[in-house]
This record gives sequence, structure tokens and C-alpha cells, in this order.
Amino acid sequence: MVNGYRPQTLDEALEIRANTGAIPLAGGTDLMVRHKNIPGALPKFEEPVVFISHLEEIRGVKAEDGIVKIGAATTLAELENDEKIPAVLREAISNMAARNVRHIATIGGNVCNASPAGDTLVPLYALDAGVKLASTNGVRTLPVQDFITGPGQTALAPDEILTEIVIPTRSFTKEYYRKVGTRKAMALSRVSFAALADVNGGLIEDIRFAFGAVAPTVVRSREIEKQFISRTVDEIKGDAPQWAQKFAPLLKPIDDQRASAQYRRKVAINLAVYFIEEIL
Amino acid sequence: MTIEFTLNGEKVAYEGSPLRRLIDVLREDFGLIGVKEGCGEGECGACSVLIDGKNVPSCILPVGAVAGREIYTIEGLRDTEQFNILMDCFAEAGAVQCGFCTPGMIIASVALLKHNPKPSEEEIRHWLAGNLCRCSGMNMIVEAVKLASERGIQW
Repeated sequence: MVNGYRPQTLDEALEIRANTGAIPLAGGTDLMVRHKNIPGALPKFEEPVVFISHLEEIRGVKAEDGIVKIGAATTLAELENDEKIPAVLREAISNMAARNVRHIATIGGNVCNASPAGDTLVPLYALDAGVKLASTNGVRTLPVQDFITGPGQTALAPDEILTEIVIPTRSFTKEYYRKVGTRKAMALSRVSFAALADVNGGLIEDIRFAFGAVAPTVVRSREIEKQFISRTVDEIKGDAPQWAQKFAPLLKPIDDQRASAQYRRKVAINLAVYFIEEIL
Repeated sequence: MTIEFTLNGEKVAYEGSPLRRLIDVLREDFGLIGVKEGCGEGECGACSVLIDGKNVPSCILPVGAVAGREIYTIEGLRDTEQFNILMDCFAEAGAVQCGFCTPGMIIASVALLKHNPKPSEEEIRHWLAGNLCRCSGMNMIVEAVKLASERGIQW
């Protein structure tokens, strides 16, 4: 039988992680399903588990020094009602699973799960978020796109725990988020999309596009975004489909039970066109 | 590992693997069979319990995560005035057919009405979205919660 540990402090959790290789379990809403067994039997974990959802050091939201700092074990329900959280991220969270699951599921868990359809990741990429990783040897911070390395794959070292998500405090004049699922609640994304822009006097000063569930990891391209900068909104709107199509070569969706690759590609580009024509 | 928590108003201690699912501990160790297992994946809400007043699926929650928390199952609500109002409203609205989803629906309704005693219909649907009724009584269940709210249910 594998062990479960319930440390009292983050330091203790990091010691356990370093010494036993235990998997951090916060809300457990992904891990418990992945390790599901027959009813009544213990979940099938192969490694020890370290419980972290109760550790106050990695819970709660602070806004300081121009940065929103979100404790990794903060639940999604706590975040969806918190005004300090950027609106585009709150919108994404309020469309995840359902309220009952959001009462236990955590943002850190969604990030570490690294699903191509992970719904917090799309706004986090668009917001230039970073992740803080702690171990007994210290702390490092990575941009979220460097942390996520593939489907279900992250740069988390075997002795590290994700402790905080950091987002630069910054408002945008245009914000848009859309999740396309089979129904409003409890659906995994077929496609998800976030876009942010700063428009001043009709000129685009900043713009970000992020696409989820259409490639092994969230798609964002600073190179393509740069081509929009300093152009007028009218110019971009005048040829929205062509501008949106610039992202097409980066979309590498798969066929699965939720949607076909062709559907995903089409919807992703349509959402970008919609953002340009109707929101920008 | 020993895990202490409050269950239906009483302090209890569980001894065993912290990885066991809360639903199994509640049903098998404490005999609280009002907690139903539907999907076993947190999709259907039949296994809902209140943890610190919030509705949570107990089939995807290991018992190790609930140390020190206050848990209520449907059994713990039975003698409260609020439950009796809800029960009457569910009956009057015709919100119960086979009854398998009902404990979970009641738990979700309690969590919502604690959060907001006067929810809009949209809010009711939002809060009950994680609970499935396969007899297709969803609209009647929404009506039942509205009725309870109109009757001034208070915590």
C-alpha cells in the first residue's frame, strides 16, 4: 500500500517530496479520476501522495508590486469571485467543470495537469503568467509556456512543488474569452480561445491571442502578434479572415471523441475572426 | 494515519489510509448510505456532501484532504427545519422520481441557499450544473429550489 502524507507546513511538504518522490495532491479532481479503481477499493496510486490543499502558505490571492500572486492551492471557486483576478481568467474559471468541483479543484492542479484542454492555461498564456516552483534547494520562477512542455508534461522537477502563479497586473481595453464544449457545464473544451488587446486612438498597442485544445500545448505566437502592432483597428478589421489565418499553420489539433481536427481548426480561426471583427 | 473531522455535528476519528475515497469512508465505515455513487468521476453529483458548507463530490476526494473540516451528509440535515422546507418543496414541485440524485440535489441546493438565500434562476442552474438527474426532472428541481427560496429558507 502506498503512503499518504499530510504535512503541516510547506517546508515539511518539500522535505517529503524530496525524500519520497510523493506526488503533490491538492484538490485531487484530476488525480483521483486518473487513478480510479473499482468502488470501495483504494485509488491506484503507484507513488506516495503528499496532501497540500490545506497548506495556508500556498493559498489565497495577493496583489502587490504590480503582480497578482495566486497561491497554487487556491480553489477555482475562490478565484472566480475574486476581483483581484483578471477578468479573462475569471471568465475561463467560471466555465470549468461545475461549482461543486470548483469548490475543491485548484488552479495549481489545473496548471500541473498540463492538459492541452486545460482551461486556466489559455488565459494564463495570454496574460504572460509565470509559475513559482519551490524545492528544499530554493525557488525558481518560469514563464507558464516554458513550464508546460507537452500534453501532461511539465518542467516540474521531482523534488519541486508549484507554489504560486504570478500574473503582471495590467488592464486591457479589449478582452475576450470563449470556450466551446458539448454543454455549458462539466464539458472538456473542444476549443478554447482568449484574446487581449490595448487599443489607443484606433491604434493597436498590444495584442495577444491564445488558443487551447488545438495543439499539444496552448498556441500563442508573439511573432504573429507583433505584425498587428501599430496598425489601425480599421486596417485589421478590413481583412479579419486573412489576419486570423496567420495562426492556422500553428494549429495542430487531433481527432478525438469530443471533436474532429477539422472542426477544431475551423472553430479556432472563426473565434479569432470574431474577436477581430466584433470585439477589437 | 488518524484523520479527525466533524461529521454531521459530531467529532469523529478515522483510522486508515488517507487515500481512501471520502464516499467509501462515509458509506462503509459510518453507514451513511444517503451518499450515492453514480459516475465515480465527479461528473454526476450523486455523492455530494457539504464540506464547510460547500457542496463537493465525495467520490473524487481522498479522506486525507478533509482533516479538521466540517462535513454534513444528507443524514445530518434530516432533523433541521431547512431540510424539511426543502423536502416539502421537492415533493410539491414533483422534483423526485427515482430519487437516486435527490440527496445530491438537496446538498447542492443547501450550499446554494446558504451562499445566497434569494438566487436567480440562472444562479440555481449554475449551482446545480454538477448534479445530473437522469429521470429528466431538472426543471422541477429548479422549481423546487425557487419555491424554497420564496418560502424564506434561512440559515
